[in-house]
Amino acid sequence: METTNNIISIRGLYKRFPMGKDEFTALHDINLSFGTGEFAGLIGPSGSGKTTLLNIIGSLDVPTQGEAIVLGRSIGKLSPRESARLRKESLGFIFQSYNLLAVHTVYENVEFPLLLLNYTESERQKMVLDALEWVGLSPKIKSKPPQLSGGECQRVAIARAMVKKPRLVLADEPTANLDAANSHHILQTMEKLNRELKTTFIFATHDEKVISYLKRRIYLLDGRVDNEELTEAI
Amino acid sequence: MIKFLLKGLWRDKSRSRLPILIVSLGVMLTVWLHAYITGFMGDTIEMNARFSHGHVKVMTRAYAEDMNQLPNDLAITGADSLLAALKTSYPGMEWAPRIQFGGLVDAPDNMGETRAQGPALGLGIDLLSPGSREDERLNLSRSLVRGRMPDQAGEALLSDEFAVKLGVNPGDDVTLIGSTMNGSMAMYNFTIAGTLSFGASIMDRGTLVADLQDVRAALDMHDAAGEILGFSKSGFYEDGDSREMALTFNANPGNEGDEYAPLMKSLSQQGNMGQYVNITSTWSQYISLIFILAMSLVLWNAGLLGGLRRYGEIGIRLAMGEEKGHVYRSMLIESVFIGLAGSVLGTIFGLFLAYLIQKYGINISGMMQGASVMFPSSIRARITPVDFYIGFIPGLISTVLGTMLSGIGIYKRQTARLFKELEA
Repeated sequence: METTNNIISIRGLYKRFPMGKDEFTALHDINLSFGTGEFAGLIGPSGSGKTTLLNIIGSLDVPTQGEAIVLGRSIGKLSPRESARLRKESLGFIFQSYNLLAVHTVYENVEFPLLLLNYTESERQKMVLDALEWVGLSPKIKSKPPQLSGGECQRVAIARAMVKKPRLVLADEPTANLDAANSHHILQTMEKLNRELKTTFIFATHDEKVISYLKRRIYLLDGRVDNEELTEAI
Repeated sequence: MIKFLLKGLWRDKSRSRLPILIVSLGVMLTVWLHAYITGFMGDTIEMNARFSHGHVKVMTRAYAEDMNQLPNDLAITGADSLLAALKTSYPGMEWAPRIQFGGLVDAPDNMGETRAQGPALGLGIDLLSPGSREDERLNLSRSLVRGRMPDQAGEALLSDEFAVKLGVNPGDDVTLIGSTMNGSMAMYNFTIAGTLSFGASIMDRGTLVADLQDVRAALDMHDAAGEILGFSKSGFYEDGDSREMALTFNANPGNEGDEYAPLMKSLSQQGNMGQYVNITSTWSQYISLIFILAMSLVLWNAGLLGGLRRYGEIGIRLAMGEEKGHVYRSMLIESVFIGLAGSVLGTIFGLFLAYLIQKYGINISGMMQGASVMFPSSIRARITPVDFYIGFIPGLISTVLGTMLSGIGIYKRQTARLFKELEA
C-alpha cells in the first residue's frame, strides 16, 4: 500500500543472521509502506520475523539487504548516534513485559524520555500529567511499578511511549502478560490515542484480541509477507 | 538527568548500598591486614631492638668489631657526656645506655658457702632514674612472676626459670662473679627483688637484670657503657632514617683511626639483622600484594556483576533513545562514586581497627611459652602512610575496571540483542 503520507517505506528488505558457518534468513524480500495514523499489526507465529522487522523499523537493528526508510531516514545508513536520536525524538516503544524502571515512581518512569529531550521541569510536569491522564493513572503518580497491577504497568508503559507525542509507536506483544479485561482496556487506550493524536501504531502480535483491533493486518510466515488485509479504509 | 540517575542509585539498594558495603568490607580488610602484617613483622624487629640492637646503637669502633663477644674492655668511656650530646643532637630519639655482660651467679647457703651456681647473661639498664623508660621498653613489670621491681641500689631481677634452678627466692642474696672492664675478677652482691618470665627460652634460661649504676660498680665501669641504644620516639624502626642517621653521625672525619671513637650502627647494620629486615619487608610486601590482588579480583567481579545485572535497565534506556556513550559514562560515574564512597568508609574502619590493635595489641604470650627465639608476646598493628591509600587500589580501581569491562558489552552487543534481553 503506497500513499503520499508514508512515514515508513520498506523495499526489498532482507535480514540474515549468522548461524555457525551458515546464515539464517529471518526476513525475505519485504516490501511494505505505512502511512501516518495507521493502526497496523505484523501478525505471525513465533519465528515468522515480526519482531525482527519491528526492531529494524525501530532502528534497533539494521537490514542486511534492501532499504527501510523511517521518517525520512534510511535505517541501514544511520550511525548509532543518529539511530539513538531517531528513537529519542520520534519513536515510542511498548514491550511485552512493560520494562519499567522498578525503583522509580510512575511519574519518573513517564518523565524519563522527556529528560533525554531536555524539556524544562515545568514542561515535563505538564506533559507527564497529561500522559497519565490519557491512560487513567493520574492517582498513581507516586506509586512504584511493583505496587501496580500488570494492566496498570502496561498503561504506564503506554504513557511513557506517548508522553513525547512520537510520530510512531512500536508495540511488541503488548498484551501477552495481561488478562482479557486488561488487554481490551489497553487496546482501547491505544486506539483512542491513535485516533486523537494521529500517532501511527505498529504491533507485532499473534494475540487474537490485538488482531481484532487492528485496522491493517500484515501476516508474516517464515520471514515473508504471506497476506495483508484491511478492516477499515485508511 | 543526573538527579534522576542519583535517585535510582540511592533507591536501588543492590546498586548503591550493597556495593558500597561490599567495597567497604574489602577495603577495610585490605587496610587492616596491611597494617597488621606491617605491625606483626615489625614487632619481631622491635623486640630485637628493645632487648639488644636499638633502632640505632652507639659503640666504640673496636667494640663494634667484636660486638657479639660483648667486649666491655672496649666500652665507651665518658658515656654520660656522650649521652648528653646525643640527646641534644637527636631530639627525636630516646637514648638508653646499657651494659651487656656474662658471668656466674652464685647462690650461697646459710653459711655463705656456694649452694648453687649458674652462667648468666647480664643486662645493666637504667632502672632507677626518674623518667627512665627501660622498664616499659623491656616490659619488665608485666613480666614479673614473683617479687617486685628493684627500687634501690643493690637489687636485681633474675629470670624465674633460672631462679628456680638456683633455689633463689625474692629477698635472697646472690653474688655475680665476672670480670671488670680492665680484666680483673669482679664479685658483687645483689639482693633479688623479683623474678621474670620473658616468654623466650633463650632469655629464661639465665638472665640477670640490674640497674646500670650497680653494674658499673660491679664491673668497674664508672661513667662507661658498653653501648648506647637509640630508639625512635615514634616507637617504630625506620630503616632508611636510621641508616641516614648513622651515616651522618659516622661522617666526623676526626674520628678516623681512633678505635675508641664512637660509631653508630642502625639495627639493620648489626649482625644478621639486615637480612632479617629485608626478608621481613619483602614478605610483608608479598603478603599484602597477594591480599590486595585477591581483594581486587573480588571487587572487580562485584563491579562486573553489578554492570551485567543491569542489562535490562540499559536496554530500556537505549530503546528510549539514550546514547550508548551516555549510558556507559553514567555507569562509570556511578562506579566511581561507589568505589570512592566504599574506599573512604573502608579505609576509615580499617584504620580504626588497625589503631585499636596498634594501641592495645593482641596478647599471644600463651602461645610463645618455650619459644627458643625472641618473639614478641603481643602482636600490634602498625599504621603507616600507605594504609591511607592502599585500600583505594581494590576499592576504587577494581570496581571501576569491573564496570568498564561489563560496560564494554553495551558496545559489543547489538542494540537489538540488548533489547531482546529485556523480554527474557
